[in-house]
Amino acid sequence: MAEVLLPRKMEMANDPSKFGSPDLLHVLAVDDSHVDRKFIERLLRVSSCKVTVVDSATRALQYLGLDVEVKSVGFEDLKVNLIMTDYSMPGMTGYELLKKIKESSAFREVPVVIMSSENILPRIDRCLEEGAEDFLLKPVKLSDVKRLRDSLMKVEDLSFTKSTQKRELETENVYSFDSPVQSQLKRTKI
Amino acid sequence: MNTIVVGQLQRQFQDYIVSLYQQGYLDNQFTELRKLQDEGSPDFVAEVVSLFFDDCAKLINDMSTSLERPDHVDFKQVDSGVHQLKGSSSSVGARRVKSVCIAFKECCDVQNREGCLRCLQQVDYEYKMLKTKLQDLFNLEQQILQAGGTIPQVSMN
Repeated sequence: MAEVLLPRKMEMANDPSKFGSPDLLHVLAVDDSHVDRKFIERLLRVSSCKVTVVDSATRALQYLGLDVEVKSVGFEDLKVNLIMTDYSMPGMTGYELLKKIKESSAFREVPVVIMSSENILPRIDRCLEEGAEDFLLKPVKLSDVKRLRDSLMKVEDLSFTKSTQKRELETENVYSFDSPVQSQLKRTKI
Repeated sequence: MNTIVVGQLQRQFQDYIVSLYQQGYLDNQFTELRKLQDEGSPDFVAEVVSLFFDDCAKLINDMSTSLERPDHVDFKQVDSGVHQLKGSSSSVGARRVKSVCIAFKECCDVQNREGCLRCLQQVDYEYKMLKTKLQDLFNLEQQILQAGGTIPQVSMN
């Protein structure tokens, strides 16, 4: 019976800390306040996220390619892992932006976090009902960002592990996924 | 590096920043801002507060215009300005400015033009005062760095 080397990617799936630069979380931050934009950008950079910052909901929609009637080409490659938006903005509010994102087929799965300086319960409820991932009171804390990032990394890692598992099953190899060591020692059946 | 000079400057810096907290100019959010500064982003705090002071100047100017004519006050605009000012002051830890904004909002809510004008004057005074104080603080930082020292992280427990 031949011993088969596990593919390298399998090792990565068992080690969630291995997130190379292409796998950095990309966050789109939306806020009309220049001070808050600078602050949130720094918070995210310090938390090892790739950041894109825009100053309005309209610009956020433009960035995502959701502002036109006809779906633009080229936005399939745009990978945004998280959208963080201020609630109170002139023109379109963060709540309205949230709704537009949840209505879109391309980005409805992207978690949207609402930020607000006001602790208004009906507002929070409304946002969560509309599908917001979380509601953060400003000023946002580093611990808030870390918490978000950690929970998102788990989701990303989980989906990566699942896709690797699927690949393994497709090639009809039988491996145990209980422990990495065991997997490495198992042999294929000829 | 003259360690005695650096030590003196660091103590001066420490005393000064502690006094700013104790006198209510700054709150914990300013501490959080300082934590985000490092060798890679050595001017982060100075940059953020600079944006804040620019904001103050612009918002105060706009609100002043809205409050100018007694018979024609745009309280909606003033309210929006106060809201933005309160938000940014909160984001940088400008405690006194934020306090005035709270009182300012109350005057706006009851459409008290006189009260609003007083608050406007007060918020103008407070942001300019803070600007001077922080400039002095940043100058001390520069002196420490130029003397070859490091800027102390001050814990306000």
